[in-house]
Parts: sequence; structure tokens; C-alpha cells
Amino acid sequence: MSALKELFANRQKKALLMPYITGGYPSMHACGHVLDAFIEGGADMIELGVPFSDPLADGPVVQASAQQALDEGVTPVDVLELASRYSGRLPVVLLVYYNCVFACGQKEFVKAAAAAGVSGLIVPDLPVDEASEFIDICRAHGVDPILLVAPTSTDERIEMIAARASGFIYCVSVAGVTGARASLSGQLPGFLARVRAKTEVPLAVGFGVSSPEQAAAVACHADGVIIGSKLISIVRDAGEIDIAGRAVKTFLSQMNEALKQ
Amino acid sequence: MSITARFGPYGGRYVPETVIPALDELAAAYGRLRADPGFQSQLDELLKNFVGRPTPLYFAERLTAKLGGPRVYLKREDLCHTGAHKINNTVGQLLLAVEMNKSRVIAETGAGQHGVATATAAALFGIPCAIYMGEKDIDRQELNVVRMKLLGAEVIPVSSGSRTLKDAMNDAIRDWVTNVENTYYVIGSVAGPAPYPAIVRELQSVIGREALAQIQEAEGRLPTELIACVGGGSNAMGLFVSFLDKEEIRLTGVEAGGEGLDSGRHGASIERGKRGVLHGSLSYVLQDAYGQIMEAHSISAGLDYPGVGPEHSFLHDEGRVRYDSVTDAEALKAFTMLSETEGIIPALESAHAIAYLAKHIDRFAADDLIIVNLSGRGDKDVYQAARALELL
Repeated sequence: MSALKELFANRQKKALLMPYITGGYPSMHACGHVLDAFIEGGADMIELGVPFSDPLADGPVVQASAQQALDEGVTPVDVLELASRYSGRLPVVLLVYYNCVFACGQKEFVKAAAAAGVSGLIVPDLPVDEASEFIDICRAHGVDPILLVAPTSTDERIEMIAARASGFIYCVSVAGVTGARASLSGQLPGFLARVRAKTEVPLAVGFGVSSPEQAAAVACHADGVIIGSKLISIVRDAGEIDIAGRAVKTFLSQMNEALKQ
Repeated sequence: MSITARFGPYGGRYVPETVIPALDELAAAYGRLRADPGFQSQLDELLKNFVGRPTPLYFAERLTAKLGGPRVYLKREDLCHTGAHKINNTVGQLLLAVEMNKSRVIAETGAGQHGVATATAAALFGIPCAIYMGEKDIDRQELNVVRMKLLGAEVIPVSSGSRTLKDAMNDAIRDWVTNVENTYYVIGSVAGPAPYPAIVRELQSVIGREALAQIQEAEGRLPTELIACVGGGSNAMGLFVSFLDKEEIRLTGVEAGGEGLDSGRHGASIERGKRGVLHGSLSYVLQDAYGQIMEAHSISAGLDYPGVGPEHSFLHDEGRVRYDSVTDAEALKAFTMLSETEGIIPALESAHAIAYLAKHIDRFAADDLIIVNLSGRGDKDVYQAARALELL
């Protein structure tokens, strides 16, 4: 059984808490503190982003974090090193844009991720139609390829995605890019029901979840909640890393409570 | 007939899942329309009476004499309405947008020519329009910014990354992902995810079809070589596509050499890039060892792009088209030369194609017959060129 499958199967709460941070943000050293705060705040999984120069699926907050990490000189190798330090404590899933995988070589990249203990790979600009070889390589190395579905996905495409998915399916809550939103789409429950009807694979919801109330609402329909932009803005606004760590821990603890009820 | 999604290994659809259904819808709609005589006659009518086609194939007699080599013809896309070939594509795509019941169009622009062409076609059809443009390009192409605003478009400045065409395209794609239900994305080059490269090539192919008939009419024979500048590569593809199967005709694409290929400041994606994925397709891309996209550089905003259309990468690998580059300085020299010799001020983009011809004139024989695609006029560039030439 894969680490992610086991994680979802054995969970004690309604939905898992899955926080995201851009690897090497705000610096390599400070990012470690943020990841420690993830664990202390009750995270069930860590999602770590590989900073990319042209992140198409990201809104301004994640974009700026990637740019800062790149300006700090952070490379995919550094992010894998960070992943290897934490993958013994919690399952780590990597979010990486396809060109970083392609430049390294698909096989080489997946191999390196597996060696760093990474449990799953999310490639937001590699739709299932283009991912055939990548999925096979992931499977061969015991890494779950995490596929995305969107509210715009047709039933036919949801079936295609479900047929190749493992670990969990990343359900994009709205048509759009990453970023906190004041309210969640009223169509989210219907969309998740449409996906659920086609698959047994756990569903995690991301894009726009930024408050305990939203998380609790999502947890009624999903198996995991991904929080990204909100956490990055907490780190950004805190300034000092000790303050950021405490703020992240406090925020995640509240989210965690919301997911238990 | 289905729309080409791959050119050899190149092309594809490397974009978020959210827009894949919209790409499927676009491919289906275009597949239906291109076979529809009603659509074709509407498009032909617009190209004739709105765009001003056919554009002349002009024998540049004084340029021919000055260079002292082959006979040189210019395909006068600079005489199209709005001043460049870009409008051929945008009127076609706006017809598509209307057919697909989209209530809003967006586009990216570098030099502003595609932005102006999109804003123009949107005004013609009465559809709201937003144009993404890098802040650096807004500064150097002020005239086109004003034109877009006059045409009723919203110009959205892009401040991320290199603040040029690449970043404008990122933000246009992000807008599209967000508003895909009601928004049509008018891509301006033979780039982006499938089916855009094939659609834009087909809509620009009018350039080559006309040129093929016109050169035979004028000279009673086929040309020996075609030369066009390549940023994303739509004017080059539009000209080349009618000649691809005529293997004796040499095809040359000219990329932006910027401050020289060894300076690291250039836009020569084919000559100096590696295979990679940018803006939804696999092609040659300027990037570092980790796959981070590098900034391009060119005096010409329309060539200031670290990628290139996927079909060009394929044609390069096949050896069917040869790609070379000229520097900013060489392009500026050609800009002046064509202005003084023929009374035609070319766009800085098109000046690259002229510069290539001048630079390599010794390679041509007197009985060679050359067509240079004069893809746009230089009105938008006069202040920038004047500053570079110290005329101001």
C-alpha cells in the first residue's frame, strides 16, 4: 500500500490537513522553521513546491514566493534535500511544473524524488492526456502521480483521470489560479459529488481555502484540504521567522480543529 | 479533418486541466468552421474589405540595386490595416469567438501589434477586450498602448518576471483559466497549446498563398528563397506554409540576436535554446539547467520572447527551414537602409529579415529571386529607433 493510500485509509478526522509552502521560501533556513510549524500545527501531509519562473497555475501570492525563492538561488535539488529531511516525519508531496521535470529528465526526476522519500508528485501543467509516460515512471518508482480535476472537467475527462489516479485526486475548487478567496463556490459540493461517483481514490480540495469555516465546509465533501496561499501570506506578513512559525502553528491548529468536527 | 496537435515531438497541451475542455471545444468549433463555406466567405470578405488584402508583392528595385545581388521582392504585410500581419489572425479568431458565443476576448501582446489587431477586431464585432502587456513593453511601445485604448480595449500592465511578452502571456493564460466559461483567448502567434499553433498558421497562410501566386505572375517562376523574422513565428509560418513542399526553395527564419548570441542577451530560442515546455507547448526554449525560463532580449519587442512556435522547432530539426540571427545593431542599420532606399519604414521585427539579407548578400547569385516578408510597418518604432540612432 502506498504511503498516501495508507494515510487516507487510517485517518481519524473528517479530512486531512495538507498545508503547502514553496520550497526555500522565505529562505532555505526559514522554510525549515515553517515545516516544523506545519508538524506542530497538526499537518497530516506536507506539500512542498519547487519554485518555477513561470508558474501558470498560481496567483500573485504563490508567484511572489516562488520568485523570492529563485532570487535566493533555490534549485529543485535544494527542495528535494528539504523533502528528504521531512519525509521521515510526514508524507511529503512535491508540486513541480513540468519544465523542471522535463529539463532534468522525467525518469531522473522521479528517481530523485523517490530517493528523497517523496510520496507523490503534482504537476499542475501536465494534464492526464500528456502524462501517460510520467505516470508509468511514477508507478515504477513507488511514487503516486497526483492528477488534478477541475470544475470544468467533463464527466468523460473525470473518468479518464480517475482511471489513472492514485494517492489522491487534487480537486481544484474553482476555475482559476491559486489564492485565498472570500467564499467558496456554491458549486463545489456538486462538483465533488460528480468526481466521487467515478472513483474510490480520496479527494483533496485546494485553491482558495483560507479559513477554518471554509475548511469545515469542505471537509463535509472531501478527504483532504490543501491550504497554500493563505499560509504564504501569513509567513510573508510576519516578517521575522519566529513570529511566522508561531502564526503558522496557531492558524493550522485552528484549521485542524475544524477538520476534526 | 482534425487539427494538428503535434509537429513531430513538439506542440501538445501542457496547461492546467481547467482549460483542457475549452481547448477541446475550440478544436471542435474550428474544425467545424474551417469546412463551412459560409465562414470562409465571411473571412474572405473581411480580409478583402477590412484588412485590405491582397497585400502587394513589391519589387524593391532600389534595394536590389543597392545590395547588388539577387532580385528582392517585399511581401507588404505592413500595408494591412493596423500595420502588420497580426490582423489576418485576429479577424479569423474573432469570428470563431462569436461562433462560440464568447462574450469577452483577451490577448497578450509584445510590440503591441497583436494587441492592436485584437482590439481592432473586437471593436469591429462589438466584444469587450482586455490586453495583457508587460510594463517594459508599455514603455517602449507607447503609441500602440494609446491605439488599443482608443479602440476601447482595457490594457492591463504586467509587472511580473521580465515584464515583457512572456509574462504578458502568463497573465493572459491565468485570466483565461479564471474566466474560461465566457472568455475567448486570442493567441497572437503560432505558439501556445494545441490547437492554437495550427489555427494561427492556417489563418496566416493567406500571406504565402498570395505570395506564391503573385511571384509567378510577376516573374513567371518560383522564388529561390524566402526570408522572414521569427519571434513566436506567425508571419514566417504564414509565408512558408505554401512553400514547404517545394523543397528546392530555401526557407530562412531570422531570430533576434540582441547584443550577440554570446552576450547571453538575445532571443534566439532555436539557435541557443533547449527543448522545453513554455506556455503550453513543447518547443525550443531559452532556459537554465534546472528548466527555469530565461529572459530574452531584443531591441524589437515582438521578438523579445524566450520561446518559439512548436512547428518551427520541428522544421529546424527536419532541416527544412534554416534559422539564423542578426543583432540589434544590424537590425537598426537595415531599418534605416530600407527607409532611405525604398521609402518604407519597416517594423524593427521585419528589419531583422532585411538585415539578414544584407549581411549575407555575398551568398546569393544575381539570378536568385528572394521574397522578404515585411511583416509590419515601423511607425510604432520610430521614437525607440531615433533614440538608438541618436536622432533625438
